[in-house]
Amino acid sequence: MRLRDLPEEELFLQGSAACQGCPGSAALRVAFKALGRNTVLAVIASCTSVFQSPYPMSALDLPTLNMAFATGGAVASGMTAAADRLVARGKFREKPTILVWAGDGGTYDIGIQALSGAAERNADFIYVCYNNEAYSNTGTQRSGATPYAAWTTNTVKGKEEWRKDVAQIMVAHGIPYVATASLAYPMDMFRKFAKAREIKGTRYIEIQAPCPPGWKFPSAYTVKIARLAVQTGMWLLYEHEGGHTTYTAGTQRIIQGQSKLLPVEEYLRAQGRFAHLFQPERDDKRIAEIQGRIDQLFDTLRFTRKMKEHLMDIELAPPH
Amino acid sequence: MRLVETGNHIAAWGARLARAEVVSAYPITPQTQVIEEISRFIDEGEMECEYIPVESEHSAMAAMIGAAAMGVRAFSATSSHGLAYMHELLHWAAAIRLPMVMVNVNRALGPGWNIWADHQDTMAARDTGWVQLYCADHQEILDTVIQAYRISEDPRVILPVMVCYDAFIMSHTYMQVEIPEQEEVDRFLPPFRSLWKLDLDHPFTHGSVIYPEDYEEVRFSMFQAMENARQVIVEAAEEYRELVGGYHGGLVETYRLEDADCALVAMGSLASECKVAVEALRRRGHSCGLLRVRSFRPFPAREMREYLSSLRTVMVIDRDVSFGMEGALYTEVKAALYGHGEPSLYGLVTGLGGRDVPYDLIAENMEAALQGKLEPGTRWPTVRLNEHHALIKSSLEEFWKKEGIR
Repeated sequence: MRLRDLPEEELFLQGSAACQGCPGSAALRVAFKALGRNTVLAVIASCTSVFQSPYPMSALDLPTLNMAFATGGAVASGMTAAADRLVARGKFREKPTILVWAGDGGTYDIGIQALSGAAERNADFIYVCYNNEAYSNTGTQRSGATPYAAWTTNTVKGKEEWRKDVAQIMVAHGIPYVATASLAYPMDMFRKFAKAREIKGTRYIEIQAPCPPGWKFPSAYTVKIARLAVQTGMWLLYEHEGGHTTYTAGTQRIIQGQSKLLPVEEYLRAQGRFAHLFQPERDDKRIAEIQGRIDQLFDTLRFTRKMKEHLMDIELAPPH
Repeated sequence: MRLVETGNHIAAWGARLARAEVVSAYPITPQTQVIEEISRFIDEGEMECEYIPVESEHSAMAAMIGAAAMGVRAFSATSSHGLAYMHELLHWAAAIRLPMVMVNVNRALGPGWNIWADHQDTMAARDTGWVQLYCADHQEILDTVIQAYRISEDPRVILPVMVCYDAFIMSHTYMQVEIPEQEEVDRFLPPFRSLWKLDLDHPFTHGSVIYPEDYEEVRFSMFQAMENARQVIVEAAEEYRELVGGYHGGLVETYRLEDADCALVAMGSLASECKVAVEALRRRGHSCGLLRVRSFRPFPAREMREYLSSLRTVMVIDRDVSFGMEGALYTEVKAALYGHGEPSLYGLVTGLGGRDVPYDLIAENMEAALQGKLEPGTRWPTVRLNEHHALIKSSLEEFWKKEGIR
């Protein structure tokens, strides 16, 4: 399947109030194409609350409930429980997919309790975090997802802490499906949504969402920045199910040695939020710190892959 | 069927007979028995319902909103800090116009930790757009939970309803209750209905950004719905009496007001205590009656005028206080009577944090008022400094001295 084979029907309509180059709206298009019409949507306070367009207009062609900030996992728990009752009563022939759409603020920070509770109960819905690595809707303040050294309006010299990793926190919940996605790899994203749709229980998909005004790059470069994030190892693409993690698309190619891990500097230089690492003078220390972490991570990933292949060889060897 | 049960178990029976289909709740003393009993009903196959053991009250209310938005009857129960924690979503549930019913067992707020009866929790939720009904006995809890769904789902209302009763005095005491047949309740309460739902055939967006040009109309519609609820609450009580049996008043319950020249006004279990006080006052020759407020929102302003404006003396008892003002019920009674007759008005703030308020204390205060021994206004008749307070204060004074605090 190729990009041109994606369903033609657009459930994210034209004329939304999104910024030029908005990653959230682009991600919604792909997600909606994969999930189809039998989907009920809960939008958690985020840019999407705004760019779906104000009352009485809407760019969302799915039944949609807008909800308060800290409610993602909980409101979906109620929706899916109600849907189960409606299936039991014969009101639904097929249970609709319950989709939560939240940002990183609503997921990493204020909403993590409700998400964790729902995941522990394995409530039946897909939770999407479109992660633009800051509170972009309120004007780009730091979030738990903001990377080390990144400028935000309340980390003007660059964030001093490293981001946390909610996808891995979700893996630790033991839910049936966790995946990460990138706008630069839409087919990979589509496949993950299509797969998630067929699984029952809590499914978590996190999409890195480069935000032109928040990250300070030209609005034409959203996909370019998303691709650089994967190519430099700043964003990993994988899916986790049945206790196993499989790296996919660009990340898989780097681990398998088919493509080179690009220096992180290429990613950092392309964004105004890291400008202070290069001007007025180059901040070698912090750039090296970031590159060091990535190198260490990929050393581990490559080593793990080799170990797995080695173990496979042992298993496949004929018995003596 | 006749049961002798706790107020909490009776509330669970109310949700069961109302055929609630999604229950989401978080345990908090003294509400716990409500959800324990419901989960037992479900496990034993007596109730067709999804029970969501959420991780907080904020999530309990979020899940209720999600369930009601899908077009299913939702129920929850909470108390005190739980109600405070879900406060944001109380506003959300009302403003997005979803019907649902929640029990609140009235309990004090900390610190210090206090699990006993107090109305501060629901008073602080007064302006969220929820209908608030207060019960005074166990039969009323059962009947009111069922009536609450009828009120909440009435097309003229479509606002969430809170059914309130006092911690321990009602939640944990046993009383005899007549449990109606399911068919009788079904005749009174039709299947779930609402003004909207998340409909796959009509994909509307609910609760998005709304500009000043449209926002005020939303609030006005809520105001009108609450006005309509006055009529609907009275109708629901009347029809319930006819189809199921049992009557506890409409917006208010009156007790011996026919020939009264003075009256007590109260809510919840304190109102029951007031009935005994009325009898005591009558034995002493005072023609006293009681006006019990069942519905605090909508507030029975017309009834206040009808029953109180021609009286000589009215004493309002609050189990809450609005700091910087007075008891909340006292303020509301005064506002309702403004420009309608001139009874002398007295307010008692008492019974906070479960402090015992015996009937004779109420009677004594009323008698003092009638004899002109009290200044009109607010009194705290049960506040006293005991030996613990004195001891703590003297230790604190040593600390203040050391720290140079004058």
